Amino acid sequence: MKFDNYMVLEFPSRSCNEAFARSAVGCFAAQMDPTLEELGDIRTAVSEAVTNCIVHAYPEGYGTIVLRCRILKDNVLDIVIKDKGVGIDDLEQAKRPMFTTGGSDRSGMGFTIMESFMTSFDVTSCPGKGTTVHMRRKLQRRK
Amino acid sequence: MHLTSFLQNGQLTIVLTGEIDHHCAKKYIGIIEGKIEAYNPQICVLDFGDVSFMDSSGIAVVINALRAMSRIEGKLMLSQLQNQPLKVFRASGIDKLVDIKEVLT
Repeated sequence: MKFDNYMVLEFPSRSCNEAFARSAVGCFAAQMDPTLEELGDIRTAVSEAVTNCIVHAYPEGYGTIVLRCRILKDNVLDIVIKDKGVGIDDLEQAKRPMFTTGGSDRSGMGFTIMESFMTSFDVTSCPGKGTTVHMRRKLQRRK
Repeated sequence: MHLTSFLQNGQLTIVLTGEIDHHCAKKYIGIIEGKIEAYNPQICVLDFGDVSFMDSSGIAVVINALRAMSRIEGKLMLSQLQNQPLKVFRASGIDKLVDIKEVLT
């Protein structure tokens, strides 16, 4: 796949990295001249995906999260967020709105929000091996 | 994360600030529940005027506040929402459960 620019980040699954991850993607996306709303949508979706890794992937402690962003042709931002954690047994159940295996501080809306805020969204998971979220957002070109 | 509150005529206003994510949500939930239990207000207003970003953790904050208010048969309202948090609330449908008083444009 042809791309114009990319960046890769690797960081441990500590909750203080949620803000770091969404800010880093926001800064990277700035070169595409997004609107405030587009930037808000992208930051929200990244925050959801990274939070999922932090809350669910490594119940025994901390593990690694890899975040890759690419700028594809036609002003498309491509984001992959990957962990090597426990994986998700039942993806359909996990994607259902309001479903969560987290505590009362989780709403179960993460996947729903990623899906509705991005142009395309896909999650693959292998129990025991990890989970990968792949999403894209096409940005409007401003005149 | 920083939070202030004031009580006036049975209405408890809690002013939230900064970015709300999973990193700080648990703390927010505990503090808000504590204040509702301490003051027993008829109305609780969560003021989002200074919340520049929120992900679905903010929904959990509101749901927990809603539960605390329904335990004492009070009413919960959200005010001063900026566009990004408002969009998250609308995507989750929580705007149908809670009154949203004022919206910043």
